Amino acid sequence: MSEQAATLPLGTTSKAASSAEERIAVATQLQLTWWRFKKHKLAYASGIVVILFYLIAIFADFLAYSDPQSTAAARSFIAPQGIQWFDEGEFRPHVFAITGKRDAKTFKIIYAPDPTQKIDVKLFARGYSYRLFGLFKTDIHLIGVDDGKVEDRIFLLGTDLLGRDLWSRLMVATRISLSVGLAGVTISLFLGVLLGGISGYYGGAIDILIQRLIEILRSIPTIPLWMGLAAALPRQWSVVQVYIAITVIISLIGWTELARVVRGRFLALREEDFVVAAELSGASQLRIIIRHMVPSFLSHIIAAVSLALPAMIISETTLSFLGLGLRPPAISWGVLLQDAQNLQALSIAPWLLFSAIPVIIVILAFNFLGDGLRDAADPYG
Amino acid sequence: MLAYIFRRLIFAAATTVAISVIAFVIIQLPPGDFVDAYIASISATGGQVSLAEAEGLRIQFGLDRPMYLQYFAWITGVVQGDFGFSVEWRRPVSEVIGDRLWMTVIISVFAILLSWGLALPIGIYSAVRQYSIGDYVFTFVGFFGLAVPNFLLALIILYFSFVLFGANVGGLFSAEYQLEPWSWGKVWDLAKHLPLPGLILAIGGTAQLIRIMRANLLDELRKPYVVTARAKGMRESRVILKYPVRAALNPFASTIGYLFPFVVSGSIIISLVLSLPTVGPLLLRSLVAQDMQLAGTIVLMLGVLTVIGTFISDLVLMWVDPRLRAGLDG
Amino acid sequence: MPPIPMGEPARPRREPILSVRNLETHFLLDEGVVRAVDGTSFDLFSKQTLGIVGESGCGKSVTARSILGIVESPGKVVGGEVMLRRDGAREMIDLAKLDPKGDRYRAIRGAEIALVFQEPMSSFSAYHTVGNQIIEAIRLHQPLTKKQARNKAIDLLHMVGVPKPDRRIDEYSFELSGGLRQRVMVAMALSSDPRILIADEPTTALDVTTQAQVLDLLRQLQDERDLAIILITHDMGVIAEMADDVVVMYLGKEVENGPVDDIFHNPKHPYTRSLLNSIPSILARPRSKLSTIEGSIPHPYARPPGCPFHPRCTVAIPGLCDSQTPRFLPMGDRQGVSCFLHHGPSGQSMPSGKDTGARHDAV
Ligand SMILES: Nc1ncnc2c1ncn2[C@@H]1O[C@H](COP(=O)(O)OP(=O)(O)O)[C@@H](O)[C@H]1O
Ligand SMILES: [Mg+2]
Repeated sequence: MSEQAATLPLGTTSKAASSAEERIAVATQLQLTWWRFKKHKLAYASGIVVILFYLIAIFADFLAYSDPQSTAAARSFIAPQGIQWFDEGEFRPHVFAITGKRDAKTFKIIYAPDPTQKIDVKLFARGYSYRLFGLFKTDIHLIGVDDGKVEDRIFLLGTDLLGRDLWSRLMVATRISLSVGLAGVTISLFLGVLLGGISGYYGGAIDILIQRLIEILRSIPTIPLWMGLAAALPRQWSVVQVYIAITVIISLIGWTELARVVRGRFLALREEDFVVAAELSGASQLRIIIRHMVPSFLSHIIAAVSLALPAMIISETTLSFLGLGLRPPAISWGVLLQDAQNLQALSIAPWLLFSAIPVIIVILAFNFLGDGLRDAADPYG
Repeated sequence: MLAYIFRRLIFAAATTVAISVIAFVIIQLPPGDFVDAYIASISATGGQVSLAEAEGLRIQFGLDRPMYLQYFAWITGVVQGDFGFSVEWRRPVSEVIGDRLWMTVIISVFAILLSWGLALPIGIYSAVRQYSIGDYVFTFVGFFGLAVPNFLLALIILYFSFVLFGANVGGLFSAEYQLEPWSWGKVWDLAKHLPLPGLILAIGGTAQLIRIMRANLLDELRKPYVVTARAKGMRESRVILKYPVRAALNPFASTIGYLFPFVVSGSIIISLVLSLPTVGPLLLRSLVAQDMQLAGTIVLMLGVLTVIGTFISDLVLMWVDPRLRAGLDG
Repeated sequence: MPPIPMGEPARPRREPILSVRNLETHFLLDEGVVRAVDGTSFDLFSKQTLGIVGESGCGKSVTARSILGIVESPGKVVGGEVMLRRDGAREMIDLAKLDPKGDRYRAIRGAEIALVFQEPMSSFSAYHTVGNQIIEAIRLHQPLTKKQARNKAIDLLHMVGVPKPDRRIDEYSFELSGGLRQRVMVAMALSSDPRILIADEPTTALDVTTQAQVLDLLRQLQDERDLAIILITHDMGVIAEMADDVVVMYLGKEVENGPVDDIFHNPKHPYTRSLLNSIPSILARPRSKLSTIEGSIPHPYARPPGCPFHPRCTVAIPGLCDSQTPRFLPMGDRQGVSCFLHHGPSGQSMPSGKDTGARHDAV
């Protein structure tokens, strides 16, 4: 016993010292990645775009001005109306009022902007009420009008068949679509790290089994599979239930690539000295994994995640586009694009295609970002 | 070599079994069984089915038996060419699917050949002229190809060709051939309609293949055997085409295995947008109508299709890789 | 730089078939210019072996590629001459002035100057049979049919001692042993009967026994075919066994040259001496660690000022070697060296030069 007591102080000091070293080692690995990443201009800019989009997602209701669910037959398919910034040389943001006139020949009411009626656009105006961050009840929006209902006044991107404002719907859809992506990637990541980690760490029969499973999953066409699973969700499920179910379905198929990356890193790291050293020093296996291996491939995981995210977003958008994913009243990019599905709708209201733009931008940005991160994490891979 | 084929065959068989189980699960997933759906479809048209009759039908279809027996009964039927009955169409599933499966095969294979045909020269160019303007242009276009989901691409092209040319680019046949039996005229008509949807379908895969080809070729160009070939006095273009391109072709060939399911998946979606007579629109409709025997069969067939595609790509890989043939690795 | 009057007074009757003068090959990278070869000169005579020796990264391979005109971009021969005397011709032609991509250069490459190099495994394509690759080399320079070329390839394989050449010809390189592969490589290089063979570390990847066999083969072929060989190696032992003349390179620069006996018994440059010290003695256990030279080669961009070797040099003169670059000047009538121990900054002979030579324990 006395022997143990004598060695104890020595042991603790060396332990403290080694964990400080560990922190430095981990920090430098991440820092190195960060430095290399910053040199990658396109990826860096894409990172900023991604952040902007998530800010939009967080402040979606604030950036929207009309209630995204508010319908009115009279507002059906109103074309986009920009904000007029100047009035007779003076800065005065305003929009023209939309008024209906009966067409002399067809007797249909045609809605068109009337330049004689100017309605001022105000900052931080009141509109529909919502909860900021899901907590604080408020009705302040970035823009709005004091004169009449904003739903009848501002049409930045026009309206859909039911007279709902596309800009406002797009804001809210951004939140849903991006969050499905995040949630899906989180589940995928969990599965990927778990199965990829087991596969790479233990090797042998378990590895072969998991690898074959991945290979089989990857050789099955995913869309029919998703469609089959998604179509089985009961009709009466609530929006939230469907949301969760769709996320799970997408991630059930999306984890294989993450697992592949994780396994590859495990295989590479297994052989490295510090793991062997830790094993020799008798650290428990879980401790080895958590303390040593996970931090050292964090940058690879971040890169893989940012490449997996756009795939998740595409999956949700595709499913919703087909009518098998999120269902109205939920609003996502796919749900919005569903309205633009046929030539007929598009020829009447081409602005419905606006919903495609954020999809393309976000996916491009994630791809550039992921590519840059991967290069930064592994300049020789 | 035989061992390799044998292993790939086993793998193909295992995948097929997995797919058949998944297809069966999909058939079983919605609440209610086949008889419920059948009764619903009959009563929708004013018919009547008594409870006793329903029970009789259940026993007749073996729906009272445990799941695994039902699976075996179903799969036995499938193997014998009996894919079940479509409640929505009131016809055997095989009749409903008809030519549509072949249309899916044709457009998928066409898209893959197109991807290859485009990606190979572009990938070679991008690697040999690394960092040239052309390389940057292709890289950027490639990123777009990767990023834009192909249904969006189809939608955008559909819209703009309508606005700019007043043409509806949907469909695989002109109106006069739509319902005609096969003839040379119809084949030619198909050939004229195939390129656009084929290209839309091929873009994503092409972008991936270009990246793969470029990266591999850049790797290979640095290898000593290229120096050897140059030192012989070969023409540079011949050096590159005969040696490094040949070597880079190998990982390139192995991508068919993944490309195939990817393209088949994509064909489903763009078929909906462009109203192509493939199994895509049929699958969606059957799922929405809960016509599960039809839906399950389509999922199964698409799966088997990719298994066959993957197996063929394995054989191609063996054919292009002398090391596999010699049984050294793989 | 003035041309180096190497060996000429001593061997007036011999005329070189290849004469390299002040060769400079640079790699123009974003990060800076790598002077891979920075002023190298030597002469190659028929039936003789010229050894080029130096640690790895000293520019030996780039020298070989520069002669053949196959330096890959961003590398470029930016200066100097590569004079080749073509078969029977009186005039020499300057290869450095030819278009490396042009037909004239291609007609020389492989036909008059051939290359064998280090990695026999990766030097062959794994997707073509070795026969395919040899036959291609034959038909590039000789008007033979496929059948004739195949027969010739089999003869060549026989000549380099490949057993069962008619079967081996249809095998892939990965089906051959390392020694066989290198023999096949030599056969391919000799397929068009070149007069110059550049062997870039031909034995480095081989085990000791096979190494000796391949070197024997090279010597035997040299006798039979009047080959001039440029033998590139980092192994002074190989030099001792094979070379007639030696060029010692360090960081792209030629630091010493001369006949092999002089280099071994009277080395002038401290770097040459360090290289000699690194030869394993016969008594040392095989595979035991060699005494290596102190320090490591500087990074290619971070070339030290002054004499490139001074940071690792044990006898460097402070204030001189670290600021001024020594010129390459003749020492006696057969050797040349670039070192301030032997020449002052203005080129005058240094009295201390002879002493330092004596300090070396001769091998
Ligand atoms: N493709 C290349 N790009 C950039 N630098 C190169 C390239 N090839 C060789 N070098 C540089 O040229 C120098 C000499 O290389 P090399 O001739 O291969 O050395 P050796 O054969 O003596 O080992 C090295 O410092 C290396 O960095
Ligand atoms: Mg070398």
